[in-house]
Amino acid sequence: MATAVPVEQKWWSGGRSPFNVEYGKLMMWYFLMSDAFTFGAFLISYGTIRFSSNGWPDANHVFSSFPVLGSGYPLLFVSLMTFILIMSSVTMVLAVAAGHANDRAGVMKWMVWTIIGGLAFLSCQAWEWTHLYHEGAWWGSNPFTNFDGSKASTNFTNFFFTITGFHGFHVFSGVIINIVMLIMTYNGVFDRRGHYNMIEKAGLYWHFVDLVWVFVFTCFYLF
Amino acid sequence: MANVHSTAVHAGHAEPNFSTKAIWRTFWILLVITCIELIIGMFIAPHFHSLRIMFNILYIFLTLTKAFYIVAEFMHLRHELKNLIMTIVVPLFLFFWFIGAFLWDGNSYRSLRNHYDPHHKEQSSVKVPETEHGGAAKKPGELE
Repeated sequence: MATAVPVEQKWWSGGRSPFNVEYGKLMMWYFLMSDAFTFGAFLISYGTIRFSSNGWPDANHVFSSFPVLGSGYPLLFVSLMTFILIMSSVTMVLAVAAGHANDRAGVMKWMVWTIIGGLAFLSCQAWEWTHLYHEGAWWGSNPFTNFDGSKASTNFTNFFFTITGFHGFHVFSGVIINIVMLIMTYNGVFDRRGHYNMIEKAGLYWHFVDLVWVFVFTCFYLF
Repeated sequence: MANVHSTAVHAGHAEPNFSTKAIWRTFWILLVITCIELIIGMFIAPHFHSLRIMFNILYIFLTLTKAFYIVAEFMHLRHELKNLIMTIVVPLFLFFWFIGAFLWDGNSYRSLRNHYDPHHKEQSSVKVPETEHGGAAKKPGELE
């Protein structure tokens, strides 16, 4: 649990770090907060449009395909994607833990696994997008009908591709950041610096990407 | 369990160490919650269309639980100083207002439109004739 700050200490008169975190990490937190508002705005606009529509497509029908197996497996593929992303979050936090112990080999091992997880997620997303595209879904085109069988507007596909695309772009940036971190670790930059705080900041970003997926998953695949 | 650590503020970076046990515990929690969501979404909810609202409330609750564990444990926020936690968490409460206001607005737009534009309401209940929705009968690359 967080500990309360003793009253007597002069925290804000300089020479101290009132939040007991370094500048870069604090700014990463504030960046992530602003990014949360960006994603929040996307998802809320999606919700507003959905609430203003008389009908909406059924996720269990739209997302029911799996590579090789074919269709008829509602939500199975997206569960795989979710599992991959949660798993890569675990390997990331293990990398951060190894960084705290100044264990260079451990950091490298877990960073490699995290990068693999990120690439696996992106591949899954590429497959899903391709599959939906071949079913006729794209920005401005929606082949799926509503729950009740009536004709759906293109709002569903527009929001789906925009929001999962924006999230996928975050995953992509995260993978690039993680690769940079891996190279820096390999070159011993953090050993010379004496700490692995950069891994922790990259980790915050990576977990945020996982966090956003949790909400995207609920909004698009479950509701 | 969270390590008990002192208030001592070191000049550098004195975060408590991550315990591997806590990491895996969080992982299992996230995995189990996701499985529950999927089981409900795949097998239970489709049979009870009238209870959609109840299921959606349940999803929101489970999603927020997952979000809490990711932020608190993986992002380590719960082990930071309370002031830091507050500067991150308090602004996010704006979301309550955003979500409430915007969804209400969307809903109001729908009812007003259905009320004043009967043609729109009529059109939105017309069934699409041909293929079963989501079926394999879609023509590849079919547009519009």
